[in-house]
Amino acid sequence: MPRKKLRVLIAKPGLDGHDRGAKVICRALRDAGMEVIYTGLRRTPEEIVNAAVQEDVDLIGLSILSGAHPILFPKIMKLLRDKGAGDIPVIAGGIIPEKDIPRMKRLGIREIFLPGTSTQDIIRWIEEHIGQGKPKTKK
Amino acid sequence: MSQDSLKRGKVPSSVGEAYERWRKEKYLPASKEAHRPEATFTTVSGRKIKELYTPDDLAGFDYFLDLGFPGEYPFTRGIHPTMYRGRLWTMRQFSGFGTAEDTNKRYKYLLRHGQTGLSVAFHLPTLMGVDSDHPLAQGEIGKCGVAVDSLADMEVLFRGIPLDRITTSMTINAPAAVLWAMYIAVAEKKGISPRVISGTIQNDILKEYIAQKTFVFPPHPSMKLIVDTFEYGAKEVPRWNTISISGYHIREAGATAVQELAFTLRDGIEYVEWALERGLKVDEFAPRLSYFFNAHNDFFEEVAKFRAARKIWARVMKDRFGARNPRSWWLRFHTQTSGVSLMAQQPYNNVVRVALQALSAVLGGTQSLHTNSLDETYALPSEQAVTIALRTQQIIAHESGVANVIDPLGGSYYVEALTREMEEEATAYIKKIDDMGGMVRAIELGFPQREIADSAYWYQRAVEEKEKIIVGVNAFEMAHEPIPILEIDEAVARHQLARLREVRRTRNKTLVAHALSDLKKAARDGQNLMPFLLSSVKTYATLGEIMDALKEVFGEYQEPISY
Repeated sequence: MPRKKLRVLIAKPGLDGHDRGAKVICRALRDAGMEVIYTGLRRTPEEIVNAAVQEDVDLIGLSILSGAHPILFPKIMKLLRDKGAGDIPVIAGGIIPEKDIPRMKRLGIREIFLPGTSTQDIIRWIEEHIGQGKPKTKK
Repeated sequence: MSQDSLKRGKVPSSVGEAYERWRKEKYLPASKEAHRPEATFTTVSGRKIKELYTPDDLAGFDYFLDLGFPGEYPFTRGIHPTMYRGRLWTMRQFSGFGTAEDTNKRYKYLLRHGQTGLSVAFHLPTLMGVDSDHPLAQGEIGKCGVAVDSLADMEVLFRGIPLDRITTSMTINAPAAVLWAMYIAVAEKKGISPRVISGTIQNDILKEYIAQKTFVFPPHPSMKLIVDTFEYGAKEVPRWNTISISGYHIREAGATAVQELAFTLRDGIEYVEWALERGLKVDEFAPRLSYFFNAHNDFFEEVAKFRAARKIWARVMKDRFGARNPRSWWLRFHTQTSGVSLMAQQPYNNVVRVALQALSAVLGGTQSLHTNSLDETYALPSEQAVTIALRTQQIIAHESGVANVIDPLGGSYYVEALTREMEEEATAYIKKIDDMGGMVRAIELGFPQREIADSAYWYQRAVEEKEKIIVGVNAFEMAHEPIPILEIDEAVARHQLARLREVRRTRNKTLVAHALSDLKKAARDGQNLMPFLLSSVKTYATLGEIMDALKEVFGEYQEPISY
């Protein structure tokens, strides 16, 4: 069965406009052969989850630097489950205090990448844990 | 030169020729055995740096045209004749968190410990012009700054602070005119005339579209609102800096030093053009324009950037806009050390990074300075971390001796060559944007945004390929040790929402409704909105209500999504 390219949604929840990291990740994943969809700034949990479902992505990457992750991440995870998309893996990055990490992981967020992480490490993590994307299915 | 060498006929005819000989005979053979590859000799912006600078790099350099004297055109050496011998730079730590009570306490702490000016950081809902009870504010209240929804919060924020004796800078952009109106109203309530208060509103919307992204209205009405503040300030609040044209965020978003310099100055040119278009006289408002730059890692490149900025601006104001008042030629600037250069790994190293960056700003002749705290890759700074940051400035000011002399790097072959190179490159960028039809047009075309994203990606690759070494990140790594950080309690949100409810319950609803309807009418008629904003805030209309009224008239900006 032919495999399609890995489809990744890079999403920016929260009110901050710091999109440097998100944009660098988008380019790096694209250069690594993935198909990247970027939401743009200030997306609500609903908008992010809807985009993930509509675009049928293999992975969601959340980028947030505003400090609102303790409120917004649980919402996103719950909405994903409510929409029957709880199986889409979610990773995150940005300004996230270390003591929040265990709680975020308990929510089901697979990995949190802190400032200074190389894009190659993120790509390697994705290749190891998510693989090459879902087998192509006829819709 | 000794008689001996003259006899042997070895006197070089020029420094350039001597340099070539030295390079060929001495430097190149020796560097074949060197361990460091040539590719690493670039600045943080990717600028190639020669191994040595000599008078040959300054061909055509004219002391009077290129440097002059401090306080004299073209101000390369500084805008004041005395610089720090007269008065040290203002030590202004940007701070704000939690509720107005929390931040008011921090301000009093900083003032007690020798800080000399205030700088307000608002939380994101305020920056975006929405109230704390707006759905988008969930999880954001008091996190990135202080929560301000109405005049009631501003009154608490400045309780017990003498607004006639302290200057206040406010980092606020899309809703800048509204927050400024609140500040003026607080001063009036304290019995202080708007004519004596002094400070700065950032009020620079162009860099929001380019880099920082806290925009609300589309570019044209945003520019109109900014010119309103220029016009009103010149008449009613003459000691206020009505804009701080900011390269800081452009740099943080990934721009090179030259891109920061060029885009920021071109933004400045755009504001002047729009104000002239309104019919304002250049010398009426130009002395109140101020700038804000980033101090990044590459020490000499940063010093050169600050010096080049002053020189270019002086020429632009004098020649391009025909300003006559020397104060209109001054590029006065605030500096903040680079946030993105701070690392989560081995965070105490950040103290050293900040000290070097701060030193470059001081040697570059800054008027005020914010030094970042070591813990800012994790959260807003703790009291202990912000104290070290302030002490860093005090050590530079009082112990290092660098404040004893004006422009100590002036005349360095390297720094002068860099200053000139950056001036030329920035001028070429400015010309390119002129040819596009100006900065608003360039933004609509996505030009500066694309240039910055390209530079950011280039830099990330350079770090990952170890062409750029970041201590503790891609070299000299160590096991991680956590540091204490400031936490914003969720109780902050409860307090803020309670106060907002109280304000809405106790104010005179009819007055609010009238003020907002007058504001909308004035916006439709194209009047200067400052008097209407002042009337509105005094009725305790909230920021969100005022911005919603203006959105009805001006619309909202939708950014094209790209990466």
